[in-house]
Formats: sequence, C-alpha cells, structure tokens
Amino acid sequence: MKARVIVTLKNGVLDPQGKAIEGALGGLGFADIGSVRQGKVFDVELTGSDKDAARAELTKMCEKLLANTVIENYAIEID
Amino acid sequence: MKTAVIVFPGSNRDRDMFHALEHITGTRPLSVWHTESTLPDVDLVIVPGGFSYGDYLRSGAIAARSPILKDLVAKADSGVSVFGVCNGFQILTEAGLLPGALMRNAGLTYVCKEVRIETVNTATRFSSKFSNGQVWRCPVSHHDGNYFADADTLRRIEDNGQVVFRYADGTNPNGSINDIAGITNAKGNVLGMMPHPENLIEPLHGGLDGRTLFESLLDEAA
Repeated sequence: MKARVIVTLKNGVLDPQGKAIEGALGGLGFADIGSVRQGKVFDVELTGSDKDAARAELTKMCEKLLANTVIENYAIEID
Repeated sequence: MKTAVIVFPGSNRDRDMFHALEHITGTRPLSVWHTESTLPDVDLVIVPGGFSYGDYLRSGAIAARSPILKDLVAKADSGVSVFGVCNGFQILTEAGLLPGALMRNAGLTYVCKEVRIETVNTATRFSSKFSNGQVWRCPVSHHDGNYFADADTLRRIEDNGQVVFRYADGTNPNGSINDIAGITNAKGNVLGMMPHPENLIEPLHGGLDGRTLFESLLDEAA
C-alpha cells in the first residue's frame, strides 16, 4: 500500500524559503502569484493492507517525527 | 561540578565544549554516545552544537529521537541542569524539553559572526553571575536559528521570565521573534541558546565574555 504524507507550515509561521521562491518566480516573469509556501512530501510504502490501521500508524509517525506540530500541519493520503 | 556531553553523529562543537568545561570546572567532562540508555550521575548535561544527522528532516529532529533522550528527559524532570547550545537548542525544542521551534534564518543565509547578547533574567542557575541588563559579546554560527513560538506560548514564556538572553543592539542575526537568543523551561533547569558561549572563554578566543554563564553554573553546584 502506498501513502503520501504532506507537511506544510502552519498559517502565521514565517516561511523565508517560500518568500524567496515567490520572488524568484516573479523574477522569471510569472506575474499572477499571490504567494508561495514551501512544504515537504513523504512517500511511504506500507506492507499491510488495512487502510484504517495504516492511517492510524501514519498519524503516529507524523506526530512523533515527520512533522513538528509546533510549526507544521500534516495531511495523509492513502492510495 | 560533574558534567557530561552527549555526542551525536554529526556533532562538531562537542570538543569545544569539552575544552571549555575542563578549563572552567577543572574536571574533565564525561562523553556519552547517543545510543546509550542512561546518563551518568552528573550536575550538568550538555547537548552540544553541530549538525547531528546532517540536519536531515529538520535540524535536531532525528537526534531528538535518539535512545539517550529518554534518560535526558527523565534527568531534566528530576531537576538536573541541561544546557543545549546551537544544534543542542534545536534538539531540546524538537524533544519537547523547551517550547517553540528554530526555523531557517530570516535572511536565508548561514550566519557566522559575533553578536551582542543582553541578559534579561539573572534569576536562573545559568545567569546568576551576570548583572541584570548586562550586554556581552558572543559568537553565533547557524543556519536555523530563527526562534518561533505561537502567540500564547510567547506570552507565557515572556511572563514566566523564561527568556534569559536576547540579541542586543540590533544584532539579531536570524529574525528570532522578540530578539530571543536563549530560553529556559518553566522550571528553569533546562536552557537552550543559539550563540556559543563556549567559544569565548579564554584570551586566545579574543575574550572571556562566555565564562560568566559557566561560572553561574559552578556557583549553583558549589
């Protein structure tokens, strides 16, 4: 089973890297950009087949390591 | 004063810390590898600077899940002094021993220079030998030192006097909120700071400003 974890910065947390990317895109002539925020994607291959159990495990992984919940949110997608 | 320094793969300021502790306390610190399960019986545990695990995932994130951290949390709960410098500060926040988080520097670049620090709370075991409002020199060297905490946490740590050190005279090198350079936990026995006081403790370093912090701890342990 394949899962994808998406980690993004919470609203209100300054994202200097996203700002720099936003500026660079503007420099390339992309004019219609409101803002850019940078995040992380983790593709996790799981050996089990129970989707609910997988979601519970992935939630624990996010809480314990993949995300720093002081500054980051996470979303879990399972195929 | 008995001290121990935890060493992780990628630590690189551990030797600076050994030298500073031996020089100031007169006793050689113990070195503890991150895979150990228990810390020795000491007065002070140091989490040194460096690039543990190459800063993979987030600075300090993987080191904060090392086996030794379990006993570090237990020792901190029992009141032992714990001091994290630079990557050590990042590890202590990632481990939940200190509030907030350390993010990419606001200017996006690595900063390696001298800043000025104001001691804003002298009623801690790490700062008792400073005078209130004392401004001192200290080197910094980091890429992820931009301290952040949400509004509630920030209010709480400010009200509790947990902010011990602030960048002074407009020298905030990383965009840290409220110019925060170093904070303690609520109980006051765990300190984390981005600057490196261990690198300004003898004449060859060009100054002795960093000694006062270690002398405060010596005083406490005496």
